Amino acid sequence: MATTRSLARLATRRLAMRPAVFARGFASVQTSTAKEPLPDKDAKIKTFHIYRWNPDEPESKPRMQSYTLDLNKTGPMMLDALIRIKNEMDPTLTFRRSCREGICGSCAMNIDGVNTLACLCRIPTETTKESRIYPLPHMYIVKDLVPDMTLFYKQYRSIKPYLQRDTPPPDGREYRQSKEERKKLDGLYECILCACCSTSCPSYWWNQEEYLGPAVLLQSYRWLADSRDERTAERQDALNNSMSVYRCHTILNCSRTCPKGLNPALAIAEIKKSMAFT
Amino acid sequence: MAKLSGLQREVLSLYRQCIRAVREKPADTRENFRDFTRTEFRKHFDHNKKDFGTIEYLLRKGRRQLELFQEPGIKNIMR
Repeated sequence: MATTRSLARLATRRLAMRPAVFARGFASVQTSTAKEPLPDKDAKIKTFHIYRWNPDEPESKPRMQSYTLDLNKTGPMMLDALIRIKNEMDPTLTFRRSCREGICGSCAMNIDGVNTLACLCRIPTETTKESRIYPLPHMYIVKDLVPDMTLFYKQYRSIKPYLQRDTPPPDGREYRQSKEERKKLDGLYECILCACCSTSCPSYWWNQEEYLGPAVLLQSYRWLADSRDERTAERQDALNNSMSVYRCHTILNCSRTCPKGLNPALAIAEIKKSMAFT
Repeated sequence: MAKLSGLQREVLSLYRQCIRAVREKPADTRENFRDFTRTEFRKHFDHNKKDFGTIEYLLRKGRRQLELFQEPGIKNIMR
């Protein structure tokens, strides 16, 4: 009698425990799949495979983890899916995000083989296809989807991305531009430095240390083209070597991938042209 | 002593750089910086020397930390 009662108690305890484990979705982190907690009948279940790597265990190898989400309960963009996974299923998933509208460039990552901003990338609605999310390719990884951008920012600093002038403005107030001069900066100033283009460039993959990469060269051209800047010759001198610019072999991955629709390849071509004809 | 591999020499040179960087710090906190360097290296002392990927990662991390803690604004280090 005593044994049956304790068995029954064990059984009820086990039953009572199960929902608690279920509610804490991240109990399933150990395995490499996490499922939608309570799927509906007409749920649109889609699977996301996400690159995971934890720097606290540096010996461990990177792995892919699968998450299934009901698209009816998820926002339309990849970033919504990531945020939902982090909030409801696995709080250990790490990624950068900020503005959720494609102006900060934080959430740059490789989604289904294309570098893009997660906040500007719609989730493909066909549920048969599985989405794969990786960090930006050929970057050192800080954790999960977070790449180390130190070198990228160092390169950006090296082109002196600010106005350099010695003469004060003629009327003592503003540096004026004509409409045509201002127009030259269109398609350049919109760059948010998300590094999608640079990390899509094979040339940048192999020569990251020396080649500046499309994003930084686009910014470089933005200052070369600026009518108010007076150090154009010095800026060109700094670029005039075999590595900084001329590692661009017009592969055009940069223009194809840019989530803001800019054309870094054109800017690089303009730099090459201006340097060839001076 | 056996001939060191390139990676081992890189680790040693990072260790030397760290110990040298300690000298730039204020005299009364140098001990803390030296302790920090030693414990950070000791943590991975018995690491498998064939596991290049991990060692390279730890080297990168160490260089980043060195660069950060070398800043003259950083006067003391505690754990």
